[in-house]
Amino acid sequence: MTALAERVRWAPRLATGPAAGTWIALGLVVLLAAAIVTARGGDYLTQANLLNMLSRTTALGIVAVGQTIAILAGSLDLSVAYLIGLTSLIAAEVMAGDPAMIVPGVLAVLAASALVGLVNGLVITKLQVNAFIATLGVGLVIKGILESRYEGPAGSVPVLFQRLGYDRIGPIPVAVLLMLAVAGAAALFLHRTRAGHHVYAVGGNVEVARLSGVPTTRTTVLAHVICSLCAGVAGLYLASRLGAGAPYVGTDGGYDLESIAAVVLGGTVLAGGRGGVSGTVAGVLLLAVLDNLFDQLVLDAFFKASCAAP
Amino acid sequence: MRTLRDRVGAAAPVFGVLLLLLVAIAVVNPNFLEPASLLAYLKRAAPLAILAVGQYFVIVSGEFDLSVGSLVTVQVVVAARLIDGDESATVPVIVLLIGLGLLVGLVNGLITTRLHVPSFVTTLGMLLVLSGAVFLWTGGAPRGSLSESFREPGRQGIDIPGFGQVPWSALILIAVAAGAAVLMRSAWGHTLVATGDNDRAAALAGVPVERVRTTAFVLSALAATVAAILLGGFAGVSAQVGEGLEFSAITAVVLGGVVLGGGRGSVLAALAGALVLEALFTLLNLLGVSGALESTVQGVIIIAAVAYAARRAGRRRRPPAVPEPSPQPA
Repeated sequence: MTALAERVRWAPRLATGPAAGTWIALGLVVLLAAAIVTARGGDYLTQANLLNMLSRTTALGIVAVGQTIAILAGSLDLSVAYLIGLTSLIAAEVMAGDPAMIVPGVLAVLAASALVGLVNGLVITKLQVNAFIATLGVGLVIKGILESRYEGPAGSVPVLFQRLGYDRIGPIPVAVLLMLAVAGAAALFLHRTRAGHHVYAVGGNVEVARLSGVPTTRTTVLAHVICSLCAGVAGLYLASRLGAGAPYVGTDGGYDLESIAAVVLGGTVLAGGRGGVSGTVAGVLLLAVLDNLFDQLVLDAFFKASCAAP
Repeated sequence: MRTLRDRVGAAAPVFGVLLLLLVAIAVVNPNFLEPASLLAYLKRAAPLAILAVGQYFVIVSGEFDLSVGSLVTVQVVVAARLIDGDESATVPVIVLLIGLGLLVGLVNGLITTRLHVPSFVTTLGMLLVLSGAVFLWTGGAPRGSLSESFREPGRQGIDIPGFGQVPWSALILIAVAAGAAVLMRSAWGHTLVATGDNDRAAALAGVPVERVRTTAFVLSALAATVAAILLGGFAGVSAQVGEGLEFSAITAVVLGGVVLGGGRGSVLAALAGALVLEALFTLLNLLGVSGALESTVQGVIIIAAVAYAARRAGRRRRPPAVPEPSPQPA
């Protein structure tokens, strides 16, 4: 009887999907943040502040969507942060300030990311190396390449390409639309394609999936290629923001662990097989709101400290 | 004696690799075999080796501890701020650091075991909280300074007549290694491995799984505290002192042949894994590969080592990337 009552009580929430909890938490945290900031005499829900949060979310959002697919497939990717640095450099060096080179630059980034994803996937499936170690190792390989070839920002991105990072359509930054497009494409892939269903099957139980005729190797490799492609797109976005490539833009942003944190906050199970992109977007926004709140409080404290000092 | 030989036998590759690397270093630089430079090598390796021992306890019990690097940073920054060059503050601050380590380990362990949050997530959250706290507290540039006596274990040594100076860190490392080896041969060590191998079976056999795992997290955090004291003395105060150490420690443990997911591997092999990493850095330095491609070589080697182990194990089944969360108590 109690069990039944409990089930009835939970039914509406389940009906709206497993990500609902994260969206509800997001709403509560936004209200809380608004209350705190307003109580301290600030104005939280201004357009400038909201847009600031949204654009800081963009890169993490794109990476986290890719990370969601890798985690759903029962894997994870620790190499994304280094890959972001590498792809921002590839973009800036190939483009070299020439608008005519934008397309080759983007293609070069996508090719390099796909290659890294392929290597990740093959090391995991063919060499039977644990995903944690495999992607950490591939990340270290990329780190070595970055350290040996670059000492700081390099290359330059044409002004036309920088518009990706700065333009707006109405009040909404183009890059936020890009993030939503990536998330939408990932959701379509996961829920409307055969390969997407295979991702869930492999993440749920590799052995069962294999015995059911799912091409497990191909699915894991594909998940990693998609994850790396997302990191590459994030690298493109960051290059357009910075106007150049920067070797440590990925690691300084902590995109590897933070993207995993966003995915998990979004209700996707770390062991794989359950979850989705919608929750991840909520998780990314949740992290952004907390980050923003933290920033405002720290700036406040800093301001006070510097006022008190003289 | 047989158990010891079995244990060494199972972990033989890492000891072989270590020997090979040390010989290679000696060939490139014959001075390396002098006690002074061997001890200097141990002194450099000690913090990572101690972290690897702590990480071993957590990994062999089937969990992860990603928080150790940021814990090291927090400990060093807190010590510098509170001591601020004041000799008399050294001992109370060290006691406080140990207390902080205990607290962090306890929180990691309790959240993982009681709330059934995967340890990857628990300790990742702890990492973010600790590094956020450091940033909030220091604004990026740590203030204060360590006292001479605080720095003593990390940089000084004890003079032994007729032999020269033996660094404290080498002695502390040997003590930690001996303690860990004894611990893993005790009943508690066996229950720890049993927990990592199959926690449900261990629970049914009467092992207090949650308490054993929590203790493992506490040991890892305490190891991080010791490593922080050594690193504070050796490397000095910065907000980056512990950066990336969690991954280096996990790499060392895995190089030692310890299986992610728990239940297999020895603590001395994990420690040897850390010595291998440090020997590798030393060799790459000597060969002039310094800094630049060091990471690349490290990446290739850890993948190769784990792939080799997977081949040797001959298992067709791919282990999950992340161990399943601890099950509900039976």
